[in-house]
Amino acid sequence: MMPPITILFHNARLIDPEAGTDEIGSLLIRDGRILARSEVGPDVGPESGGSHDALLRAHALSPSDVEMIDCAGKCLAPGIVDIGVKVCEPGERHKESYKSAGLAAAAGGVTTIVTRPDTTPTIDSPETLEFVTRRAQADAPVNVLPMAALTKAREGREMTEIGFLMDAGAVAFTDCDHVIRDTKVFSRALTYARSCGALVMAHPQEPILSGGAAATSGKFAALRGLPAVSPMAERMGLDRDIALLEMTGARYHADQITTARALPALERAKNNGLDITAGTSIHHLTLNELDVADYRTFFKVKPPLRSEDDRLAVIEAVRVGLIDVISSMHTPQDEESKRLPFEEAAAGAVALETLLPAAMRLYHAGLLDLPTLFRAMALNPARRLGLASGRLAVGAPADLVLFDPDVPVVMDRFQLQSKSKNTPFDTQRMQGRVLATYVAGQTVYRRDA
Amino acid sequence: MQPPSFDHPHLLGIEPLRPHEITAILDLADDYVVLNRQTKKHSDALAGLTQINMFFENSTRTQASFELAGKRLGADVMNMAMQASSIKKGETLIDTAMTLNAMHPDLLVVRHPHSGAVDLLAQKVNCAVLNAGDGRHEHPTQALLDALTIRRTKGRLHRLNIAICGDIAHSRVARSNLILLGKMENRIRLIGPPTLVPQQFSEFGAEIYDDMREGLKGVDVVMMLRLQKERMDGGFIPSEREYFYRYGLDAEKLALAKPDAIVMHPGPMNRGVEIDGTIADDIKRSVIQEQVEMGVAVRMAAMDLLARNLRTARTGGA
Repeated sequence: MMPPITILFHNARLIDPEAGTDEIGSLLIRDGRILARSEVGPDVGPESGGSHDALLRAHALSPSDVEMIDCAGKCLAPGIVDIGVKVCEPGERHKESYKSAGLAAAAGGVTTIVTRPDTTPTIDSPETLEFVTRRAQADAPVNVLPMAALTKAREGREMTEIGFLMDAGAVAFTDCDHVIRDTKVFSRALTYARSCGALVMAHPQEPILSGGAAATSGKFAALRGLPAVSPMAERMGLDRDIALLEMTGARYHADQITTARALPALERAKNNGLDITAGTSIHHLTLNELDVADYRTFFKVKPPLRSEDDRLAVIEAVRVGLIDVISSMHTPQDEESKRLPFEEAAAGAVALETLLPAAMRLYHAGLLDLPTLFRAMALNPARRLGLASGRLAVGAPADLVLFDPDVPVVMDRFQLQSKSKNTPFDTQRMQGRVLATYVAGQTVYRRDA
Repeated sequence: MQPPSFDHPHLLGIEPLRPHEITAILDLADDYVVLNRQTKKHSDALAGLTQINMFFENSTRTQASFELAGKRLGADVMNMAMQASSIKKGETLIDTAMTLNAMHPDLLVVRHPHSGAVDLLAQKVNCAVLNAGDGRHEHPTQALLDALTIRRTKGRLHRLNIAICGDIAHSRVARSNLILLGKMENRIRLIGPPTLVPQQFSEFGAEIYDDMREGLKGVDVVMMLRLQKERMDGGFIPSEREYFYRYGLDAEKLALAKPDAIVMHPGPMNRGVEIDGTIADDIKRSVIQEQVEMGVAVRMAAMDLLARNLRTARTGGA
């Protein structure tokens, strides 16, 4: 029998989203869980290493029993829990497989991917869900938790077998970017989901108003002559969904809130005690509509990039905790789907590997500190899904990311592990790089120095 | 040698042009107007060059104008009716560009139903590209021919009050004109029902009117836009007759403009929808025929300038 793996990370900058702290300390992990941690007091220099000896003694361990990792003052944080990752199995494995998505996640410090059901065919039956789970277990080095469709084929007509799908492992139910137009169907699905205790994730958007849009209405879209949607469509979609939550009491997560206008409605719904959380995408936090420039299709995402005012309002909402979750909204697209006129091009961007360096832009800009970022990228999504991960607490799974928040990087899309290379950050200067990723104490990624 | 007055490889829109470059095109176009009025209307400016007209959207007038312009300058002109051919077979725009590269064209004239499609094509081909209209984005030669028409009838292209009326939202002509006339320092009014006039255009410095009578007061130039048939029924406006009553240009509304105001229309016109037939035919007010004439001259000038740059790039750049 293998001896239990025991690792001591010392001289690490521990990012604890639960306590809201960012301090030098040590973390001891064993059997895939966090066994103990200690902080170095302000008067003890990290070089002294003082506290981790005490940590070992307290658990009757000698340095020879333990793999010692000197983190050299780099950040150690809970691994990212990414809700809404598209893996293109079944159907479009050439865009992304469980293997490539798993490698990309590991390289990006993402220890849990929560996958979307908008595949071909849709993951809407226990049988397709089992296929996906089997593929994920065989190929992906990180945790994979599947979501299933809320309605069959995401057509918004008949609800899926929510109970069976939960038994098969579905952690949430969503029709992804297909908004259920029929309010009666949606209200029944929410009511039924509530009885099962299922979490429903929706894309708040007034579907008719936003139909055919490739950009957000405003000066930029007017100048470029792109079909555009008012940012108000998001608020209208959210308002409807909130009314349905008041009716049904369902557990609800809005996948992406990207506009200032939607935020007061979200705040009221939370204050009224509805079981509602909201996410946003890293692209909407770090890019705005002007980045599309000369019809660059790698910047076409759904919903479309917003104004700078919206971007700043959404960052502030993340800071104060009104928006709970930051996701990559990883959406692989091949070159053929992107090398088209902007209106015809497919929406979406790969982001598992760029999520962390993009988030570091917010950190270096002084907009969000590291505990706040990991609250939105790890703690809150884990809590919403009822997972024990996302924390640096004793007893929590040792799903960890070790990263350097400062190192400059020029993003090269052809270096990505994802099969699809559609990142808007290609050739951009960024800061931050994952050094190692651990899932249940096992090293799933280590960057060669 | 004069410094290059127009140093762009393509003509994709008015937006990248500087005022002196616009003037350079118009000056050269004036020369071509003279040539076009002679019995022998031929130059060798484009001799030996191949011009391909690729229209992914139906057009008779613009395509004919570009074809004539190319032929008068001695180019070998080929028309490809793209809506009938390969896109129906699933070929992408990039594939089309690759196919074209193999034919070694020198000038490519492109119209496409999607905004930005001509920019995309220009990135992938090895020749000069002229945008003959992309989606709702730009139609630069139309704005240039309108500018030339205004300059020749008004004697200047600055400090004029210009009204652009009708379906601004779906019009690439309106966008290019708005940009060009703004760059040349004119006051621009956009007139139309709010469903067809994006209010964001006020951020470009235009004044927006939904009362046409108010908007036409004291203007020097009235530019009418074509109302597309598919917008007429209930979607954007209640009916043709209500539109004509409120936004159609008739003698009564035109009387509010300056006495010497000119009337323009990019064609083809819907008589009795956006413009009263008698106004369109009034040779004292309407310059619609001149616009067509200026169209050929402006396209000759634009292609001539692009061809000069192409030759410089191919010989001098090496």
